[in-house]
Amino acid sequence: MKNSKPKAAEQGVDFWELRLYVAGQTPKSLAAFANLKKICEEHLKGCYRIEIIDLLENPTLAKGDQILAIPTLVRKLPEPVRKIIGDLSNTERVLVGLDLRPLEQVRRKA
Amino acid sequence: MARKKGAADRFELQKCPTGIQGLDEITLGGIPRGRPTLITGGAGSGKTLIALEFLVKGATLYNEPGVFMAFEETGEELTTNVASLGFDLDGLAKQKKLAIDYVYIERSEIEETGEYDLEGLFVRLGNAIDSVKAKRVVLDTIEVLFGSLPNEGILRAELRRLFRWLKKRGVTALVTGERGSTTLTRYGLEEYVADCVVLLDHRVTDQISTRRLRVVKYRGSYHGTNEYPFLIDKDGISILPITSLGLTSDAPSKRVSTGIPRLDAMFGGKGFYKGSSVLVSGTAGTGKSTMSAQFVKSACKRGERALYLAFEESPKQIIRNMRSAGIDLEPYLHGKGLVIRSERPTLFGLEMHLLQMTKLVEQVSPHVVVMDPITNLISIGFEADVKSMLTRFVDFLKAKQVTSLFTSLTSPDGSLEQSAVGVSSLMDTWIVLKDIEGQGERNRGLTIVKSRGMAHSNQFRELRLTGNGIVLEDIYLGASGALTGAARAAQIAEEEAAALARKEEIERLGRHIERKRGVLESQLKVLRSEFEAEEEEIKRRMAEVEAREQAAEEQRSQAAHMRKADEETGR
Repeated sequence: MKNSKPKAAEQGVDFWELRLYVAGQTPKSLAAFANLKKICEEHLKGCYRIEIIDLLENPTLAKGDQILAIPTLVRKLPEPVRKIIGDLSNTERVLVGLDLRPLEQVRRKA
Repeated sequence: MARKKGAADRFELQKCPTGIQGLDEITLGGIPRGRPTLITGGAGSGKTLIALEFLVKGATLYNEPGVFMAFEETGEELTTNVASLGFDLDGLAKQKKLAIDYVYIERSEIEETGEYDLEGLFVRLGNAIDSVKAKRVVLDTIEVLFGSLPNEGILRAELRRLFRWLKKRGVTALVTGERGSTTLTRYGLEEYVADCVVLLDHRVTDQISTRRLRVVKYRGSYHGTNEYPFLIDKDGISILPITSLGLTSDAPSKRVSTGIPRLDAMFGGKGFYKGSSVLVSGTAGTGKSTMSAQFVKSACKRGERALYLAFEESPKQIIRNMRSAGIDLEPYLHGKGLVIRSERPTLFGLEMHLLQMTKLVEQVSPHVVVMDPITNLISIGFEADVKSMLTRFVDFLKAKQVTSLFTSLTSPDGSLEQSAVGVSSLMDTWIVLKDIEGQGERNRGLTIVKSRGMAHSNQFRELRLTGNGIVLEDIYLGASGALTGAARAAQIAEEEAAALARKEEIERLGRHIERKRGVLESQLKVLRSEFEAEEEEIKRRMAEVEAREQAAEEQRSQAAHMRKADEETGR
């Protein structure tokens, strides 16, 4: 489990709760986590939380979020729930998938 | 239905009985154990149901728990949908005999951002298998993934891996697939599942739909290759092998009375063979139904059970109408041996009829079955279909040693040999009832066209419907052909009159002789008395003459004495 700084709520900004499903420490999983971390630090600094779920340890959890593909990133918050599959190497598409706008835009809106 | 097939043991291939009625017969024991089998078919052809029944039967009959991985319907939807078939999925799930996992991916929610695999699916499936220790797995319909996941290359590679993985886990898997326009499945699943492929089809001909099943391939095993109709009804799936895959029924030599003593006599005095099939064909109003009813009644009277399948009249109508012919069936109703089931043929398709009938036979387990008339079924199917259905029904009844009687309506202008469905070759015994018209009236004739394996009368008989049922009479042959009805009665009267006349003539002649004799005797008496009178007279005269002679002698001797004759004294 990795947590970012809990500052975001105080700032009144949307809080991003992300869940990354993996199955063991495969190269794809490791790549996905590294890519995710990078994107979050860049665009969501301070207002995100990443939860990593290893299905090899908790196989029953796959059912809840309808996980088929590994790795899958699930955006639990803000709603609606969105899913992104793959190792997140295509940053452009990850941003589209997360419906993520640059941090500045989010702040302005708030 | 548990079916032990000894033949299956000879094959190296291990089979997993599906428990689906008929399918295990076609595949000679079931689908390949420990391997995936593909079931493909169009929308609404019953793929999901077959797959589900495979799991339910596995869990309930063979103690093989199963996993149902649904890609199309949610677990709740499935449970509700099949509850009407008597499948209690929730109950099975609670007993840890069934696990349902609903896999759902919305294409619009998914963004593809690089390399991935379907390990999540494997994890879920593995988890579900472990949770109930499953031996059977259903994937319904995994092809949905082709619509949900954008990268077909990855998907195909993963599917290949999935089927290998299923084999490795040793589970018997059933994979359903949507049929493509030119291929067995829309996305070529048959490429991965190559051991056994079952094709389902749902066709509508003349507004009546029939589902059919065919085993397209079965690697390493013999299997029935035909298209077999199947049904989905309140008890699930039933497949009906058209030929029952063999003619192996027993042939008992026990006889069953026809219910008509004179007809029994025509069949060598004993009636039909037990377990044989009898066809009674005839034009309208020749007494086919009455004959059926009499047959049924005689069975009930012997304490046997009878099933009367009527396609024209309601049970009450049958009871009333038969009572008019002196055949009271009512006492045998309501659990006392007789079951009458009336159904309009158009109510449902042939296959459904067949299934209903076979089920009814299973329930009632009758000794005799009557189907009256089979011709009405033509209204809902082609002749060939009706024939194939009857073939199966007859085979089924024969296997159960049930004596069956079928009536068939023939058109009045057809020949005697024309039986509407062309089923006569299926039948062991064929009785033809016929109209005999003439002399201003219509009468009924009966003849036995064939009766396999027994001596039977070749004579035409007149069939009369009396207040005591059917009575058979000899037919009189007159100068103008066979005589029936009033003509026959007239003939009988005429013959009786002639006989009477002959008798009277004999008596008259007898009296004549007596009279002659009387005359003769009286004449004799007269003659005798005349003779006696004459004799007396003659005797009297003779006595007179003798007396005179004596007197003369005496005179002569007196005279001589007086003359003192010389000779005497001189001597």
